[in-house]
Amino acid sequence: MTEPTDVDNDRALTSRRRFLREGGALVGGAVLAGGLAGSEALAAGDNADNLPPNVPEWMKTPGDPMGSQPYGTPSPFEKGVIKNIPKDLPQYLSASGRTPLQDLDGIITPNGLFYERHHGGVPTIDPAQHRLMLHGLVDRPLLFTMDDIRRFPSQSHIYFLECSGNPTYTKPYGKTASDLVGLLSCAEWTGVSLKLVLQEAGLQAGAKWVVAEGADSAAMTRSIPIEKCLEDAMLVYSQNGERLRPQQGYPLRLLLPGFEGNMSVKWLRRLRVAAEPTYSREETSKYTDLMPDGSAREFTFYMEAKSIITRPSGGQRLDTPGFHEISGIAWSGHGRVKRVDVSVDDGKSWQEAQLQEPVLTRALTRFRLPWQWDGKPAVIQSRATDETGYVQPTLAELLAVRGDNYHYHNNAIWPWRISADGEVSNANA
Amino acid sequence: MPTREFYGAVLAVLALAAVTRAQAQSPYGIGRPATPAEIAGWNIDIDRDGNNLPPGSGSVSHGRKVFDQQCAACHGAKGEGGVGDKLAGGQGTLATPKPIRTVGSYWPYAPTLFDYIRRAMPQNAPQSLSNEDVYAVSAYILNLNGLLPADATLDAKTLSAIKMPNRSMFVGDPRPDVKNPACMTGC
Repeated sequence: MTEPTDVDNDRALTSRRRFLREGGALVGGAVLAGGLAGSEALAAGDNADNLPPNVPEWMKTPGDPMGSQPYGTPSPFEKGVIKNIPKDLPQYLSASGRTPLQDLDGIITPNGLFYERHHGGVPTIDPAQHRLMLHGLVDRPLLFTMDDIRRFPSQSHIYFLECSGNPTYTKPYGKTASDLVGLLSCAEWTGVSLKLVLQEAGLQAGAKWVVAEGADSAAMTRSIPIEKCLEDAMLVYSQNGERLRPQQGYPLRLLLPGFEGNMSVKWLRRLRVAAEPTYSREETSKYTDLMPDGSAREFTFYMEAKSIITRPSGGQRLDTPGFHEISGIAWSGHGRVKRVDVSVDDGKSWQEAQLQEPVLTRALTRFRLPWQWDGKPAVIQSRATDETGYVQPTLAELLAVRGDNYHYHNNAIWPWRISADGEVSNANA
Repeated sequence: MPTREFYGAVLAVLALAAVTRAQAQSPYGIGRPATPAEIAGWNIDIDRDGNNLPPGSGSVSHGRKVFDQQCAACHGAKGEGGVGDKLAGGQGTLATPKPIRTVGSYWPYAPTLFDYIRRAMPQNAPQSLSNEDVYAVSAYILNLNGLLPADATLDAKTLSAIKMPNRSMFVGDPRPDVKNPACMTGC
C-alpha cells in the first residue's frame, strides 16, 4: 500500500474538469453570482428566450412529477460539483478523494461530497450481521448488535473531520482549495457517547488506551488515549440525519472530534481496552512525522487551527473590479475558532473577519470579509486563531521548525494570487 | 421429591437473578457477554512486545517463496517497492533530504510486521495467509533488511526479541511547536 498517494497525487483538477464545471454553471445562468464570471454567464448563455421580458420555458410546462427522484440528487446544472478524485493514482484501494470546498457554502458538507480516505477499499456491510466487540480491561466483555447500539441514549454534534496529510509540505502544491485542503469536511454526527458504552462494560484499573479496529479489509487499527474516549468521542451511526454512507463507515464508526481523521475508525467492529497502545503499522510506520534530525513524532493526534479562503480561490476568476465578498472556513481541533484575520495586501496588513454564528467547538466556522477589488494584482489570505490563543502559522514558519521531510499536520496559511485579469491561483505554487 | 420441572423452575429463577445482577452492574443492560472463544477469534492485535502472537513458525527460505507468490507483484522481488511500499533498504537516510522509510529503516517494532501482514496483506486477500506463512514472510522481509540471517526461523519468541534499528528514534508530540506573532499592520 502506498500511503502518501492521497496527498502526493491529488493534484489539481484538470482544466477540462474546471471548464466542464464552470460550463455547467454557465448553462444554469448566473450561478456564480457576485461577479465570479457573472458577465460571462450572460454572454455564454447565448439564448435570451428565457430572459426578461420573455417568459422562461420552464414556466410553460409542468415540471417533473412527484416521485421522479425517490432519493433526491442535485440539479443537472450542478453535475460538475463532485469529489475531487485524482486520476493518476497507482492504486485506488488505499487512496483518498477530496471535498470540493470551493464549490460549497456554509459549514455542512453534503454526504455525497464528504471526503474519503480508505486503507483497503469500501466494504459492503450488512448491518444485521455487524457486531461491535468491546473487550480487554473491562469488567464485562460485551458484544453489541446495531440495534443494541441504537438503544443507548443518543446525541448529535457538528464536528469537522480532517485527514492528517492535508496537504504535504513540498511542491508542487495544488491549484484549488480542494487540492490543498479538500481532505476536510464537516457534518452533524449522531450516535452514542463512547463513554456510555465503555461504562456499560466497566473500565478496569490500568485502562489507559482503547484500540479500535475496523471491519474493512485493512482491519484499520488505531490506539486512542482513554482521556479522549471519556471526553467527547462518539460511536456514530448517522451523518447529517441519514445513516452513514458506506464510504464513511456504515453501519458504525468512531468519531474523535479534532483528531486526525484516520483515527476515527470506520466500519468499527472492535474496541479493546488496554494499558498501552498497540503500536499498529498505522501509528508507527504511517501517521508519524519525520523531523530533520531523523527522529519521528508519534501519536500526533490533534489537528491544529487552520483556515482557507474558498471564495475567491484558486481556479476561480473575478470578472470585474468592485465589490466581492471574501469567504472561507476556519477550524481547530483544540476547540472554537476565536477569530480569523484576512489580508488583501500580501500579508502587509490584516483585518478581522466576521464569523458566522454559531461558532461551534471542533466544527468548521464560516468567515466573511466585504472587499472592494480595485482591479490590480492582489494576494489574499486568511489566518485563524483558536480559543487557546494558537495562531495559524505560515508555511515558512512551519518549514523552519519541521523541515520538509515532515508529512502530516500542515496547517499553513495558503495565500491566493489574483491577477489583473481576475484569475485566482495558488500564490505558493 | 422435587421434580425435574421444579429444578427447571429454580434454574430459571437463578438465571433471571443473574441477568438482573448483570443489569444492575451495567447502567443500561444493553448487549450480551462476548465469550472467550468469540474474543479469541476476533482479537488479532499484536503489540510491540509480541503479546498475542500465535503458535507456529516460519523460515526465511519459506518466506521467500510466499513473498514471490503473494507480495512481489506489488512490493518488488526484493522489496524494492512498486504499487506497494518499498520494504527494504533506506537505513541511514532518515535525516537526509531524501529519507527512505522502510521496514528496516523506519519501523520501530518487529512484531508489528506480523500484525499488519496478517490483518491487511496481501491486499487482494487479507487474512488468507496461515500463521506459518505470516511468520515466514515476516522473516524474509527482515532478512531483506539485513536484520535476520538467511537460515533463520521466526516464532513468537524470536520475533519479539528482534530490536529494530530505528526503535529509539520515536518521540512524543511537542506541538504547538510553531509560533506566528499574528502581526496586524506593517508586517
